[in-house]
Amino acid sequence: MARETDPELLSSSPAGIRGAALDVLKRQAVGLKRFSRSKPMGAAGLVFVVLIVLAAIFAPVVSPYDPYASNLNENGLPVRLEGPGASFPLGTDALGRDVLSRIIYGARISLVVGLGAVALGTLFGALVGLASGYFVGKVDQVLQRVVDTLMAIPAIVLALAVITMLEPGLFNIILVIAIVIAPGTSRVVRGTVLAIKENVYIEAARSIGAGGTRIVFRHILPNVFAPIIVIASIWVGNAIVIEAALSYLGLGTPPPTPTWGGMLALEGRRHLENAPWLALAPGAAISIAVLSVNMLGDALRDVLDPRLRNR
Amino acid sequence: MRYYVLRRVLLAILVLWLVHLMVFSMVRMFPGDVVMMRLAQDATMTKESYERARQELGIDRPFLVQYGETMGDLFRGDLGDSLLSGRPVKDELGDRVWLTLHLAIMSLVIAMVIAIPIGIISAIRQDTPADYGGRFFSILGLSLPDFWTGVVAILIMSLWFHWLPPRGFEEIWIDPIKVFQQLGIPALIIGFRFSAIIMRMTRSSMLEVLREDYIRTAWSKGLSEQRVIIGHALKNSFIPVITLVGQQFSILLGGTVIIETIFLLPGVGNMTLDAVIFRDYTLVQGAVIFFGGIMVLMNLLVDISYAWFDPRIRYG
Repeated sequence: MARETDPELLSSSPAGIRGAALDVLKRQAVGLKRFSRSKPMGAAGLVFVVLIVLAAIFAPVVSPYDPYASNLNENGLPVRLEGPGASFPLGTDALGRDVLSRIIYGARISLVVGLGAVALGTLFGALVGLASGYFVGKVDQVLQRVVDTLMAIPAIVLALAVITMLEPGLFNIILVIAIVIAPGTSRVVRGTVLAIKENVYIEAARSIGAGGTRIVFRHILPNVFAPIIVIASIWVGNAIVIEAALSYLGLGTPPPTPTWGGMLALEGRRHLENAPWLALAPGAAISIAVLSVNMLGDALRDVLDPRLRNR
Repeated sequence: MRYYVLRRVLLAILVLWLVHLMVFSMVRMFPGDVVMMRLAQDATMTKESYERARQELGIDRPFLVQYGETMGDLFRGDLGDSLLSGRPVKDELGDRVWLTLHLAIMSLVIAMVIAIPIGIISAIRQDTPADYGGRFFSILGLSLPDFWTGVVAILIMSLWFHWLPPRGFEEIWIDPIKVFQQLGIPALIIGFRFSAIIMRMTRSSMLEVLREDYIRTAWSKGLSEQRVIIGHALKNSFIPVITLVGQQFSILLGGTVIIETIFLLPGVGNMTLDAVIFRDYTLVQGAVIFFGGIMVLMNLLVDISYAWFDPRIRYG
């Protein structure tokens, strides 16, 4: 898609700038419309992701109750394990806390961990992959054996061991999931770099005297971006699931902070028979969040991966 | 070919050794230790009795001394004794590996049986409702976490049907009905999640193959759809699928950890969690070596079969 320089962009008059800005917006709106027409599932995913992000940001405004406070009835006793109804849309837990409010606040942890871990893990993975793919030989051999080692341990077992070592906490959970994400990412980046290195323009860059750093960051990195974004989008959903699984196993962000996995494990499982909504609601929240992220990611992959385009 | 296989085997051993070294160092950095966990409720514990217990277990010695001893034992095929129960790790694992292997194999079979037909149909009926259905199924499988489907399954079983799977484990050749009652639903849950991954790969690999010249040739020869798809396309689209199964096998094994915990199945996965919680160093090492060993073996088999199928790789 060739982009012509907008003449209005060059003019410095405020009206010109406003017009240009409007133009950009209009163009984006058209792009969004086209996206939603060709990828209805992706558009649906996008809508849900936006809704979840907004709910997380404005949690204090949208949630009907304080997620940490026990709600009391007229006798001054906590409203324990009340089923879903008019006053509590998703019921209350064993301490009388509103489940809906806790789920809305729980979205914060899931999103922060999901996005943070993917950003960090992709960064690690991309750096290792770039180094490994560019300096074939000893560096590559050593890095790849480390990657092999990390990939030989099931993700959840690796996460379990590392989080026990570091002790649970928000940042450590992000770090742990990043460690799980990095090896696979580095593999893909390495493969892409190896393929890109064969191109003539790399040889051309080298022959005019460009140094290693310049070649890696100016000529190789831009071409690795599409696969990196594709894997990252696939990993966001997985990261949310791993966070919830760790919380489920009791190694997530410690209570009373509401997390979806923790709600499912601590309150949900204990009262599975007499208050099933305590398990069903957070589980549904995880599933809907991950499903919408995955639907969006899938559509993104189709758009960004040229090999899959028009297929 | 012989050189290639030898190289791969040596690499596999190297990786397994690195896995062992990593977990060996990691468990020793866990906060607290097995004595503390074991005596957590014991009010009579004193500093002296704590130190004595550590000495008896040998976990007070320097890191390198412990490592040397562990490696020496390992070369004699001894995985050491569990710090918590005192039983040999080999026996602890021996009691539990069968259940986990049964569960893993059943899940794998279920995943393949679901995924491959759906993947094929999705590919040959691209952009039809059948394809959209298949793709949605796949995204759904990737999105529903196994601990959640597991909890829902238990809820449905116990609350609505008042039925719980039998306890204790017998191998399939001893009591097949019990195995299916016990592991059927857990395997279905793990298999469903894994099938989503395989289905995706089957579909995209099939789509790629369907565009090859030899498929056009097969069509123009006038072969029936069945012959073209099953005889020509399926066989050739299988290699990437097999590779993926090998690479992603850790997802399936990870699933057994979660599902065994939820369904209270006495397998290696369940044991791993307890071993980590109780800081049972030797048992964690044994469990991780078990999982790592399966992974390394799977990848080795995939690599070798791949090279056998495609001579270009051997010399690459």
